[in-house]
Amino acid sequence: MTSPIDVEGGGTSVLVDGTPGPDAKSEAAKLEGRSPGQLMWLRFKRDRTGVISAYVVGFFFLVGLLAPLIAKLYGKNPYTVYADERPELFDSAGVPLQPNGGISSEFWFGLEPGNGYDVFTKLLYGIRTSLMISVAVTIATVVTGILLGVAAGYLGGRSDFLISRVIDFLLAFPAQLFFIASMPVVVSLFVSPRDETPTYVRVVALIAVQWFLGWMSLARILRGTSLSLREREFIEAARVSGATPWRIIRKEILPNVVTPILVQSTYMLPGFVTAEAGLSYLGIGIVEPTPDWGQMFSKASTELVMQNDITYMFFPGISMIIFIVAFNLLGDSVRDAFDPKTAR
Amino acid sequence: MLRFLVRRSLGAVVILFLLSIVTFLLFFGMPRDPALLICGKTCNPQSLANIHHVLGLDKSIPEQYAIFLHNLFLGSNGFAQGPCPAPCFGYSYHTNDQVWATLMDRLPTTVSLTLGGAFFFLLIGLGTGLMAAWKRGTLIDKSATAGSMVLGSMQIYFLGPLALAVLVYQTHWFSKPAYNEFTANPITWFTGLIIPWLVLSTIFAAQYTRMARSSMIEQLQEEHVRTARAKGMSRRYVFFRYAWRGSLIPIVTIFGIDLGSLLGGAIITEYTFGLPGLGQLAVQSVFFSDLPLLLGVMLFSAAMILLFNIIVDAAYAFIDPRVRLS
Repeated sequence: MTSPIDVEGGGTSVLVDGTPGPDAKSEAAKLEGRSPGQLMWLRFKRDRTGVISAYVVGFFFLVGLLAPLIAKLYGKNPYTVYADERPELFDSAGVPLQPNGGISSEFWFGLEPGNGYDVFTKLLYGIRTSLMISVAVTIATVVTGILLGVAAGYLGGRSDFLISRVIDFLLAFPAQLFFIASMPVVVSLFVSPRDETPTYVRVVALIAVQWFLGWMSLARILRGTSLSLREREFIEAARVSGATPWRIIRKEILPNVVTPILVQSTYMLPGFVTAEAGLSYLGIGIVEPTPDWGQMFSKASTELVMQNDITYMFFPGISMIIFIVAFNLLGDSVRDAFDPKTAR
Repeated sequence: MLRFLVRRSLGAVVILFLLSIVTFLLFFGMPRDPALLICGKTCNPQSLANIHHVLGLDKSIPEQYAIFLHNLFLGSNGFAQGPCPAPCFGYSYHTNDQVWATLMDRLPTTVSLTLGGAFFFLLIGLGTGLMAAWKRGTLIDKSATAGSMVLGSMQIYFLGPLALAVLVYQTHWFSKPAYNEFTANPITWFTGLIIPWLVLSTIFAAQYTRMARSSMIEQLQEEHVRTARAKGMSRRYVFFRYAWRGSLIPIVTIFGIDLGSLLGGAIITEYTFGLPGLGQLAVQSVFFSDLPLLLGVMLFSAAMILLFNIIVDAAYAFIDPRVRLS
């Protein structure tokens, strides 16, 4: 099935990646053919932009994951109020005395104007909070999208009609407005407005509202894909041989919709990161003292920072641009690797 | 055409109706008492009951919704604050102003921001995109593509404060952004909004650049374009008369979506620059738990999105005569 040219191309890239082996042996391996997943992986590895962006994205996730460890090695934490602990570092307004936002060998990214938190650990922990929330939203939306999308596409009929109408309806929602409007309501489900809101409630509420309006695009795509898959012979064969609908969905349909799921979720995740950061920027998401990427922006937009020393602004700003650009490039590369026909 | 408009408008009304139910349930039907949100930290049962009675929360949810609908279409004289004519969303809990009047008061700011921003991002975005497509493969094309990638990944909550800090606070080249009425003084209207416009357009222009570039390149490879070139039409003529018209549809689609959602309130932009528009109103009403106001902004904003969806679909028929609306 595979053309010889393809096989040769694959073979060289294997050699380039440094898996030496006797020629005869790899020759035999080549003839076995490759699964679509392997082919995709080979194509992806040849895409230099994609690989670099994957490393960058991976670096951010690693930083988020290892934030406590890095902070420990670095010897600081994002909760210490240095304006109280070390008042000699700040002027009367709370701006770091040293130039460039108080960057020094002790405080690598400087000190936050106002409370004087350590910016380096604040950023690490902020990335950690934001990425955890966004990954949770992505998982929740992907699971919902799969369940409802495949159900609508495969079952058809009344359930298809119902789910499609719900999708159409939710797509008409003004998303950002809905997020900010429903956050306090969802929070008030858990705690009385008179009490202090614990952070985990805010996290759950952030995940819930973004999930509620996040799953439709994937569900719509999966509905279309499984609608066309349903008419294919191998599904029919499975049905004739007595497989239950659940088994057909699990064994026949799901493996065939992995591509749109992966591609779509690499496009969705950066969107969730920026949406979550936007909410925290508006003061509706995560609030101090819990570190959060978006909340750093809200600190950066205070007059204290804008008037005196704007260095602080660049740490969350530049890191987020790098993250989003890398993730978008990665998304394009993943799509190209899965579907080489669509040229950019 | 008329049939299409009527059918789509009816659909939009149905969606708005459902949306009002969902939003209403979200705000008033939750197990948590909205009066508690208003009552605040110094609350006693007496004032709570009082708030309940004043807001009509002592009635059942369907009853409350029926009253809401009645007020919306027929107006009401039942409010303590005074009469409330036809599109009546009630009175704000916080300011005691009529919600509809407040919305109309805030609308000009949002419209100014949107129209000015749209002018700049169309100009910059499409200009760059067309230039990139015209000079495909050159350095100009590559830097336009890379630039739109990076600028498109910027967020208003970074670029906005950055522009403010550099242009206003550090160099004092501009005064603080503010909304001045166009009819009062067009010049201060313009200078007050120029920074928000430029920030908004920097971020929005990126996707127009990408879209214009890719669809122009696609169109230039079409056969009718090649034929036109082969029979001796100039490159410029073919570029603007043939390819440009063909690539309008995706651009118009995105433009309609953007315009609709911006008119419903450019939340982060208005918040960043302190412009008193619908988006800022929404954020404020969240902080004051002002449910009638929030409900009003929500429905208004959704209506804008739906309205522009219909306009976009109708516009297809003008752009592309092959599209039949039915």
